[in-house]
Amino acid sequence: MADKPFVARGFHSKRAVSPANRLPPGQYETRDFPVLSAGPTPRASLATWDFTIRDGDGRSVRWTWDELQSLPHDTPTVDIHCVTKWSKFGTRWEGVSIDTLLDAARAGGVLGGAFILAFCDGGYTTNVPLADVTGGKAWVAFGYDGAPLPPEHGGPARLLVPHLYFWKSAKWVRGLQLLERDEPGFWEKLGYHDRGDPWREQRYQGD
Amino acid sequence: MAGATIPGRLTWQVATVVDVRSETPRARTLVLDVPQWPGHRAGQHVDVRLVAEDGYQAQRSYSIASAPEDSSVELTVERIDDAEVSPYLCDVLRVGDGLEVRGPIGGYFVWDIAQGGPLFLVAGGSGIVPLMAMLRHHARASSAAREGVPVRLLYSARTWDDVIYRDELERLAEAPQVQVSLSLTRDAPADWRGYRRRIDRAMLEEVSWPASETPRVFVCGPTPLVESVSTLLVELGHDPARVRTERFGPTG
Repeated sequence: MADKPFVARGFHSKRAVSPANRLPPGQYETRDFPVLSAGPTPRASLATWDFTIRDGDGRSVRWTWDELQSLPHDTPTVDIHCVTKWSKFGTRWEGVSIDTLLDAARAGGVLGGAFILAFCDGGYTTNVPLADVTGGKAWVAFGYDGAPLPPEHGGPARLLVPHLYFWKSAKWVRGLQLLERDEPGFWEKLGYHDRGDPWREQRYQGD
Repeated sequence: MAGATIPGRLTWQVATVVDVRSETPRARTLVLDVPQWPGHRAGQHVDVRLVAEDGYQAQRSYSIASAPEDSSVELTVERIDDAEVSPYLCDVLRVGDGLEVRGPIGGYFVWDIAQGGPLFLVAGGSGIVPLMAMLRHHARASSAAREGVPVRLLYSARTWDDVIYRDELERLAEAPQVQVSLSLTRDAPADWRGYRRRIDRAMLEEVSWPASETPRVFVCGPTPLVESVSTLLVELGHDPARVRTERFGPTG
């Protein structure tokens, strides 16, 4: 926040004041749910869908759709923040906590990892520090607002890491690769931030 | 952080508005002199930041309309009524004013003539803007480079008056490698001979290259158009990895 802002001549806020401490810097509130993706929406079959957590030595644990559904569900209500500047308050999700999946993966012999690289149908990836997806902060979400998550919003399942910019909440997620060293994902290779904390306005590399 | 320059960091800088052009009743082009512009690729965007006297700030992203070869940076902004930023950029900002920008941003929805073609561009409404940067980049390339890269644009707008860059598109379409097809979805002039409907499968089959020609495809517009067009193209056999999309949400 070192830059001293330049005041735009004749510019005034026209928005109602957003709830205190709820809107990160540079964001505005929207009631819509905009869709942003880099390519066509993949269509996955639940019969062949699976979710995998694997480590650097090739050990992995895998869940089918039905197996994932049989795990305990959480129903988080969270604010989300997109790097394209919109934020949406009080979004209601249903999913399985990453803690639950990681505990099972550890029990299955999957080791290590200070970072994760989420991988997805369509080839998208994103990197997140492990500490940001553990401790009740992240989910594999398959329900939105009381209904199955629509494909354009990442269905059948997406990562949900609401305290980071929303590109980290990878759509069409199929698994997590545990990494000892941080490795940039799709947008991160193209100049977006490796962590992406909206409260520190970590939009791009160097922010 | 004060004063520190981090290599590769995108810093805010104050651009100067050196010209404005009305494109349609709802869209305006801002011609900016950006003092330390590192150059851009066709398809990239910039962030714009507006700060009010009381410290309130708003940020938005806008696609770059100018070609990488142009000396100034042009943004074309569509006015969204009752919004906060686009009416300011369309109605209040004037030549000589400063405007904070940083960029360029985005490295996926980009095209260089060296990547080759054929190039198939599909636009809805103001989604034409980043595709116009690609068309202008194509037009400024050497004739030898252009010759091997045919381009087709399919552009859907509500009415004839809503067609951004209308005259320039007509001129660009005079080049033998460039074909421009328009569809007017709401209202068309009496003598209109182009399409008059939303982009559908039949229209894509008529206008686009078949998947066997492996065109590079860029689709930009409102979400329903992008969802529909990109899904249809995949159904028509196009490799999803060659279909790149940019979706315009409400960017007030």
